[in-house]
Amino acid sequence: MTNKGTPLVEMRDISISFGGIKAVDHVTIDLYPGEVVGLLGHNGAGKSTLIKCLSGAYQMDSGEIFINGNKAEIRSPRDARGYNIETIYQTLALADNLDAASNLFLGRELIGPGGFLNDIAMEAETRKIMGRLNPNFRKFNVPVSALSGGQRQSVAIARAVYFNARILIMDEPTAALGPHETQMVAELIAELKKQGLGIFLIEHDIHAVMELCDRAVVMKNGQRVGTVNVSDVTDDDILGMIILGKNPPQAY
Amino acid sequence: MSSSSNTRAGATSGPVSRFLKATEIDTRLLGMIGALLLIWVGFHLFGVFFKGSGSFLTPRNLWNLSVQTASIGIMACGMVLVIVTRHIDLSVGSVLGFCAMVMGIVQARILPEFLGLGHPLIWVITALVGMALGAAIGAFHGWLVAYRGIPAFIVTLGGLLVWRGFAFLLARGETISPLDSTFSLLGGGPYGAIGAMGSWIVALIACAAILWMLWNGRRTRALHDFPQRPVWAEGVLAALGCGLVIGATLLVNAYPWPKGIVRQYAAANNLEVPEAGLFISHGWAIPVLIMLGVGVVMTVVSTRTRFGRYVFAMGGNPDAAELSGINTKWMTVKIFAVMGFLTGLSSVVASARLNSATNALGTLDELYVIAAAVIGGTSLAGGVGTIYGAIIGALVMQSLQTGMVLIGFDAALQNIVVGSVLVLAVWLDIVYRKRAK
Repeated sequence: MTNKGTPLVEMRDISISFGGIKAVDHVTIDLYPGEVVGLLGHNGAGKSTLIKCLSGAYQMDSGEIFINGNKAEIRSPRDARGYNIETIYQTLALADNLDAASNLFLGRELIGPGGFLNDIAMEAETRKIMGRLNPNFRKFNVPVSALSGGQRQSVAIARAVYFNARILIMDEPTAALGPHETQMVAELIAELKKQGLGIFLIEHDIHAVMELCDRAVVMKNGQRVGTVNVSDVTDDDILGMIILGKNPPQAY
Repeated sequence: MSSSSNTRAGATSGPVSRFLKATEIDTRLLGMIGALLLIWVGFHLFGVFFKGSGSFLTPRNLWNLSVQTASIGIMACGMVLVIVTRHIDLSVGSVLGFCAMVMGIVQARILPEFLGLGHPLIWVITALVGMALGAAIGAFHGWLVAYRGIPAFIVTLGGLLVWRGFAFLLARGETISPLDSTFSLLGGGPYGAIGAMGSWIVALIACAAILWMLWNGRRTRALHDFPQRPVWAEGVLAALGCGLVIGATLLVNAYPWPKGIVRQYAAANNLEVPEAGLFISHGWAIPVLIMLGVGVVMTVVSTRTRFGRYVFAMGGNPDAAELSGINTKWMTVKIFAVMGFLTGLSSVVASARLNSATNALGTLDELYVIAAAVIGGTSLAGGVGTIYGAIIGALVMQSLQTGMVLIGFDAALQNIVVGSVLVLAVWLDIVYRKRAK
């Protein structure tokens, strides 16, 4: 797959360190519209840290981020949302004591007359989007702590999708899910791709990467090992990159 | 606590659980009210059997009980927000004492020099100073917690010592008394209540508000085709709500002014006192109305505004709140400022009731406030709590203390009972939550 034109996201020469340890060391990656880029590597390779610079959870020490070719300043999750970047975190980032609608609209509540929360409208919108994403979802009026892993995940995904994300970051979206729900997430990713979103997918499962991603970026010890077009390589090539840090000839 | 609603399969069959489901009444609320009634009836019967006559369930005692609850109840509303966000405020008693001392000096020493003694603006300026001071102290505590990363326990433990010390230094331990005569009405007493007519007006407004809320709820649900409560359930709720308001108003109107006050009042207004005496009702006491007003406003704030939603989100998952773009640090400052503001307000009520400012005012109040919030179902683990629960919790605490005084328990025994009830209440709550899951 060849990408032409301006990338949706370009992260140039990003570095960030914690207490003298270089968690991310001069890494450059990019993402084009309608593309899924997998980020792979061992635990502690720096994938999540790198992507948190984009979602605003961490501030990078050096480097630049370009969105649609324009330099972007991302200092907080709010800034990231301003660039239509939505993140689905590994830990789901849901407030367990609130219901699905409250979580979906958290930080962006619908306000009715008098400046009060319009809970009814938020619930109605939540019912609409959940009807699309997960038609079996019924538990609208209970805290999300009472939901199953898959139901929670669909709330987290609904939150990211509802607000017209252009760039979606998914941190191991299927880690806690059963096979049926994993399939649901895969279908959703394909659907969003068709709509022209760019998706960064952090994933450990090599088969999921082969199935879902267009390109894969492999990281090791905070550095980028290489990037491959998934259709050009085998799982063994990618495993070799992850484990040994050895690039196949197709990599760049 | 009623538990029938939580058994799985057979739950739909029982009339009680069907009733609860239809009316959507919180079973925990019922449990708390049940416990409160149990305490009231228990103390009354104890009086009937062992002292010859029960004195608990009398208009006089219940009216006094409501006034005594006001100060703790007001602060408990703020403490709910603090505890829901997984913080604690140990300084409220000392801040209350400090604010009272400052207000005492402002109204008794500073303002009379400029405005003249008894000027009608004195009480307004004084109360505003007290509330602003409380809010500022609270905001300062919140800033230390949020932006300097010091645990709230430590910040407010320090505050507990610091502000009590300042309260003493301000007047070198003297008691400032009497206070401005209008100001002292805010603390209750025969003149600090709104009388029978005023009480009925308040009751009418409250009933209208209840009916409007039920109607508005139905209307907005209909707008989105959401399921409605059955009409009979709405009727029951309306009857319960309005019945409670009217019953309470009848009660406060049934407590007449003492004879001495009536004589004084009659003399001042050239009224003739008939042979049988003149029946002048107290009606709702001003501090109680302040507490109820705070309760309503804080309930709206905590359930119907962004601020309230963020408070609960921060309590449920601080990281999620932060990642959702909520400025959690600034929120923490605001939450502590609200707590401080309510402490200032409570300080107005408490010092007005005593008609004096002493440096010991509010000692140990922090513990009663925390206990009230916790008995009212606020979880120290964060994320869970209600304003009405905290007010009922304050009422439970005060009922226990009043009741034990009435039946003549000594102070040591009172502490033992109050402490045990606190632990018991939290244990029952834990058991209830486990069953509810």
